[in-house]
Amino acid sequence: MTYAFFPGCSLAHTASAYADSIGAVAERLGLDLAEIEDWNCCGATEYSAIELLPAYALVARNLALVNGDLSQVVAPCSLCYVNLRRTQQALRERETLRAQVDDALAAGGLSYQPGHLSVRHLLDVVVNDVGLGTIASNIVRPLYGLRIAPYYGCLTVRPAKGFDDPEQPESLDRLLRALGAEVVDFPLKADCCGGHMTQISADVAYGLLRRLLQNATDRGADLVVTVCPMCQLNLDAYQDRVNRHCGTDFHLPVLFFTQAVGLALGLSPEALGLGKEIVPAQQVLRAKWSTEPSPAPEQPRRPHRRRRDPTLPMPEARSVRHG
Amino acid sequence: MTKGNTRDPPSFPAEVMNAVLGGDALRRCFQCGACGGSCPSAADMNHSPSRLFAMIRAGLRNEVLRSNTPWYCVACYYCAVRCPQEIPITDLMYGLKRLSIQQGLCEEVDAADFSRTFIGSVERYGRSFELGLATRYHLTHRPLGLPKLAPTGLGMLLKGRMALRPHRIKDIKGLRAILSRARVLERVR
Ligand code: SF4
Ligand code: SF4
Repeated sequence: MTYAFFPGCSLAHTASAYADSIGAVAERLGLDLAEIEDWNCCGATEYSAIELLPAYALVARNLALVNGDLSQVVAPCSLCYVNLRRTQQALRERETLRAQVDDALAAGGLSYQPGHLSVRHLLDVVVNDVGLGTIASNIVRPLYGLRIAPYYGCLTVRPAKGFDDPEQPESLDRLLRALGAEVVDFPLKADCCGGHMTQISADVAYGLLRRLLQNATDRGADLVVTVCPMCQLNLDAYQDRVNRHCGTDFHLPVLFFTQAVGLALGLSPEALGLGKEIVPAQQVLRAKWSTEPSPAPEQPRRPHRRRRDPTLPMPEARSVRHG
Repeated sequence: MTKGNTRDPPSFPAEVMNAVLGGDALRRCFQCGACGGSCPSAADMNHSPSRLFAMIRAGLRNEVLRSNTPWYCVACYYCAVRCPQEIPITDLMYGLKRLSIQQGLCEEVDAADFSRTFIGSVERYGRSFELGLATRYHLTHRPLGLPKLAPTGLGMLLKGRMALRPHRIKDIKGLRAILSRARVLERVR
């Protein structure tokens, strides 16, 4: 299947390592991504702060430009993903909005009716369409010895009704485990990186980033792996500022999940854009990445409570009957 | 209508609800506080989201639209997935930003200008442009903040992570026509 690909603005610049590694991994795994012709910015979190209808029309132009033969749009950036997804959903549910947006699109010679298109995050496509089985069978150099904190950020899994649990997602954990890495329990894995807050208030932004870096460090992570350019930028490029602002001493390399996949597939670090990160990953990779699975058993994990489990988290001393 | 009362006529809640798709859900808020308890920025907001909603209902237009709460919202949707009443809280925060600018009550001038600079870049090129954005924003708003920006910016440039020139989409005219038509339609909405 061919997917319509919406790269988003950051892939050309701040997240060029993401672009490199997506290209290399997609080719190796036979994932066919066709870039949407002449796409425009999704508006990030800024357009909706100023105008409502133009914000929807801006995103709808991209949906209108999708080749009519394709039924899936995939975005590697969580912010783009959520904007495309929300717009598609709002257009589907609201007739007036649909008519107004279509009227606006007509001014640019376009038209859009939200029918069959579904909007997907790249992580979802890699884990659920390409599949862990296919990936596992292509692994050349498992990520043995690396302790990785899987970081989803907020918009990959929220608002709800996406492809994973909105508060305790698992897909990236499963992927990294399939690659041979040791996945650390990272309670803040779906917390926010602060988005554009670095530009608005240093106190708020660095506070959020510090919590994340502290949590990953406390859990013994060698690396953080992200699925969003904004998260990568904030955790990586601002880590030094966080250290100076908060008096901390974090040295935690932050990679894109496609770079981790690519390394396990045996692709060259250059092809995967390694070395473009501000906090270099090279040292950690050299020191920790081993050819043998680590002998120590995985740290004991707390039992996972199922979401629909009606019981309170009580000690299970006696047998309790429900209903 | 009561005169000499500091409160506004009760049209304010309706105004807020109308500014957002599905905003009338705000009526269902029963002040459980789950939103404020989930919010990563709550400590820095001058009113928690739930308190802001109570203030909207009380018609406190000035206090609400001058508040920093919507501007410190990072749009993480934690509140939205936890709200038992399924209120589109994040969208309401966006709506409050728009109203505060439209009514000239916004006190978070830097944040609003950042958003305006960003959408200006999108209108000009069809894409956002980090270097131009960061420089223009910092030059106009925080000339003294520029040296602080430099180390990160420089590192990024050296690693080829910031473009020196923006990319302009081919059909920028078409995009601008779409946006200006949408703006006209928004006025009659
Ligand atoms: S979580 Fe929902 S119902 Fe509870 S206070 Fe917040 S908006 Fe109101
Ligand atoms: S979406 Fe905004 S208001 Fe809601 S929890 Fe996140 S930062 Fe707070």
